[in-house]
Amino acid sequence: MTLDSPPATAPPPDADTDGGKARTRPGDRIFSGLARGSGITLLVIMAAIAVFLTWQASIALAENQGNFLTTFEWNVNADPPVFGIAVLAFGTIVSSIIAMVLAVPVSIGIALYISHYAPRKLAAPLAYVVDLLAAVPSIVYGLWGALFLVPHLTGLYLWMDDYLGWTGVFAYEGGAARSLFTAGILLAIMILPVVSNVSREVFRQAPKMHEEAALALGATRWEVIRMSVLPFGRSGVISASMLGLGRALGETMAVATVLSPSFLIDPSLLDPGGGTFAQNIAASFKEVSPAGVGREALIASGLVLFVITLLVNGLARLIIARRKDYSGANA
Amino acid sequence: MSNLTLDKAPTVDTPSAGAPLRQPRLPRWTPLGLAALSAALGTGVGLLAGLESRIQWGLIAALLFVALNFVLTKAVEGTRQAKDRLATSLVWVCFLLAVVPLLSLLWETVNRGVTVLDGSFLTHSMNGVITIQPGGGAYHALIGTLQQIGLATAIAAPIGLLTAIYLVEYGTGRLAKAITFFVDVMTGIPSIVAGLFVLAFWIIYLDMGYSGFAGAMSLAILMMPIVVRSTEEMLKLVPNELREASLALGIPKWRTILKVVLPTSIGGITTGVMLAVARIAGETAPIMLLVFGAASINNNPFNGAQSSLPYYVYEQWKLGNEASYDRAWAAALLLIAFIMVLNLLARGIAAWKAPKSGR
Amino acid sequence: MAKRIDISGLSAYYGSHRAIDDISMSVEPRSVTAFIGPSGCGKSTFLRTLNRMHEVTPGGRVEGKVMLDNEDLYGSDVDPVSVRRTIGMVFQRPNPFPTMSVYENVAAGLKLNGTYKKAELDDVVEKSLRGANLWNEVKDRMNKPGSGLSGGQQQRLCIARAIAVEPQVLLMDEPCSALDPISTLAIEDLVGQLKSDYTIVIVTHNMQQAARVSDRTAFFNLAAVGQPGKLVEVDETERIFSNPSVQATEDYISGRFG
Repeated sequence: MTLDSPPATAPPPDADTDGGKARTRPGDRIFSGLARGSGITLLVIMAAIAVFLTWQASIALAENQGNFLTTFEWNVNADPPVFGIAVLAFGTIVSSIIAMVLAVPVSIGIALYISHYAPRKLAAPLAYVVDLLAAVPSIVYGLWGALFLVPHLTGLYLWMDDYLGWTGVFAYEGGAARSLFTAGILLAIMILPVVSNVSREVFRQAPKMHEEAALALGATRWEVIRMSVLPFGRSGVISASMLGLGRALGETMAVATVLSPSFLIDPSLLDPGGGTFAQNIAASFKEVSPAGVGREALIASGLVLFVITLLVNGLARLIIARRKDYSGANA
Repeated sequence: MSNLTLDKAPTVDTPSAGAPLRQPRLPRWTPLGLAALSAALGTGVGLLAGLESRIQWGLIAALLFVALNFVLTKAVEGTRQAKDRLATSLVWVCFLLAVVPLLSLLWETVNRGVTVLDGSFLTHSMNGVITIQPGGGAYHALIGTLQQIGLATAIAAPIGLLTAIYLVEYGTGRLAKAITFFVDVMTGIPSIVAGLFVLAFWIIYLDMGYSGFAGAMSLAILMMPIVVRSTEEMLKLVPNELREASLALGIPKWRTILKVVLPTSIGGITTGVMLAVARIAGETAPIMLLVFGAASINNNPFNGAQSSLPYYVYEQWKLGNEASYDRAWAAALLLIAFIMVLNLLARGIAAWKAPKSGR
Repeated sequence: MAKRIDISGLSAYYGSHRAIDDISMSVEPRSVTAFIGPSGCGKSTFLRTLNRMHEVTPGGRVEGKVMLDNEDLYGSDVDPVSVRRTIGMVFQRPNPFPTMSVYENVAAGLKLNGTYKKAELDDVVEKSLRGANLWNEVKDRMNKPGSGLSGGQQQRLCIARAIAVEPQVLLMDEPCSALDPISTLAIEDLVGQLKSDYTIVIVTHNMQQAARVSDRTAFFNLAAVGQPGKLVEVDETERIFSNPSVQATEDYISGRFG
């Protein structure tokens, strides 16, 4: 927040050649100081998030009588408190993987549909509708998921149990379909617009001349897409997927409304039970007493979620940077 | 065949050299016909096998469509064409698979939302309402939402805007790089984590109570990176010639930014801020942790628990009876309508004030 | 391999706009035919109707007949994909696939048609690159990206890619307009060699180029901006450039307009 900032250099690098003069002007100093200060504020907030979450988490961990990583329990109001994130980590990862497996191929399909397959007059309004759907709040998805999707999935799950139940993973005992798999389906529906919007923009930017090159060789439409559109869009699709994954990992309300939680790891994904980091925070927050370390324990689980999303985002950025290096000759 | 034997080029018989132009082709209406047939078969199988869920009927029909299309094309037109058709039909099926739930979501919300959404719903709170009975409204939640997003915007918009100005107009070197990186990181923070941070800092550490303002702070954290990103994009669209022209007139840099750069890009910046507002207006998780929820009207966002529209939806859903479900749907409809209006307005402004030089 | 093309009564549209109007002419096999004319006269559009690339552009539509020997390209049961396989095309800007190596670029068309045997591919790739006068320059960098070559080399790579599938006809849409003079010369030499095997149609802005490389020249013109382009005359290149039968051709060639 220092006002005596070093010489401010403009992005038009030679626009400010007499920078010496500009530096002495009070207006310039105040304004650039404000701008710089805002940027620093942002960094301070990020640092504060890390510091406060870690600090509060350490308070909770010091009191914890269970193993934070392996305990299948969340008894924060007990004295002494016993809690662990094993079930939450499992549920978060599994529901996100289900969401990605369902959503990414379908999103690529939608993106290709809008960028290359849809009749021209339909493409623009469709893109617009998908854009708007990306703005629908998660609680509305949650409400729809709980009151509409869950009752309609029972039949499908019984069917899957008939044919795939022997795997154990898709075994289903009946009852409300408030399971991790349902959460995965709902998360998939939620991230569809996000992933397909970004992918669509990338596909649309695929250079026309490479598509024409493939066409002129006698490629079918699919072959054109495979030869010129998909290779061009690969890194974009990866970053879109990671964006979607970040959303799915941290999604709270949609999971909290459709999942019937339990602190057990059930091999069947279709049966109710399990939990996710965010869902557990939402579900148990009102039940913890401020006296104990209940809130701090939830913050500790939030810290883990924070770190996971940071890793996912960092990985996405790394992949994109790599791809850029690799296809640098493309320019 | 080829006479391209320059020096030692080997002669090869390419089997495809004399490929005929004419190939057996399926009639144009084939995909439509197959779609109808698959839909009929899907329904038939569903009815005969007594499958209750329509989702299954749809999945059966979709699988049949893809498979029939592939087999038929492979038999008549050959493998390459069959692969092309397979891709086409898969893309169509993907599209339908995605559109059906999304349309269902909108349909359910509108259809069930209108039952209790009326003047009384908009002007009454839940104070004293017995939750299993019809009646009551979302006035208190509406007030809460408006105050919270208003405060959040008041915090996030200036910081975000100035940060973007710093990055585009001043930023070079390590500080700018660090800010750019952490803005990216911040974009990926789950809303519940932002809520937990304010909980740790404001409510646990500083020992303040639950309030609309606490919620607004977490919303501001979620909003800042969005504002920075969109404003940055817009400022980058302003051509450098404009800046140089103004600086060449002897106008100081800060006045150039305020009088030339910002007015040129104000349309896009406004759009970005409005889209960010639309984005945070639907956040529920931080509200639950920080504002806590209340049944009665609290007009002071700095003191005491409030409610908000998204949280109201959750609360009413949790009550678990028909009357509260109706209220949840009505509030959801209200929320969607609010966000859609913001979106449409933002896009309208973007189209209206688009910088001509940008594209 | 080379086949002749007979065009009769061909018009092409973009939506409701008619870009070229009622063109009839023939393209002789094993020769180079040049299309010349002012900008916007529809010569590129016309070229793209000859391998059904025109209909790929949104709103693109064609009326009339294009006979390749005795087959109508626009016949109802003709697959545009096989038309494009039979009639190769080289574009204005070199467009090798950026994610593929030199080798993969040349082999791309063959792989589409189901040739996967390594030995066979190797042979065709070498033959095509030799045919495009590029073999000596790239034989040591076959696995480097095709987009790493110079502009002129990239364009010859695109020609190699086009002739690798042994088309009947080779269409070239201003193949030298993005290249420097030396690369242009290399391409022109190549065109002279290729005509012994292929029917070649080349669109060019450069009249000297048309005079240098072509056996026959077609001159296109348009009455005014926004009007459809028309074929003015087509004749032996020598005659077009020395003694054209239409005044407009002479005006254009002598530089009085266009």
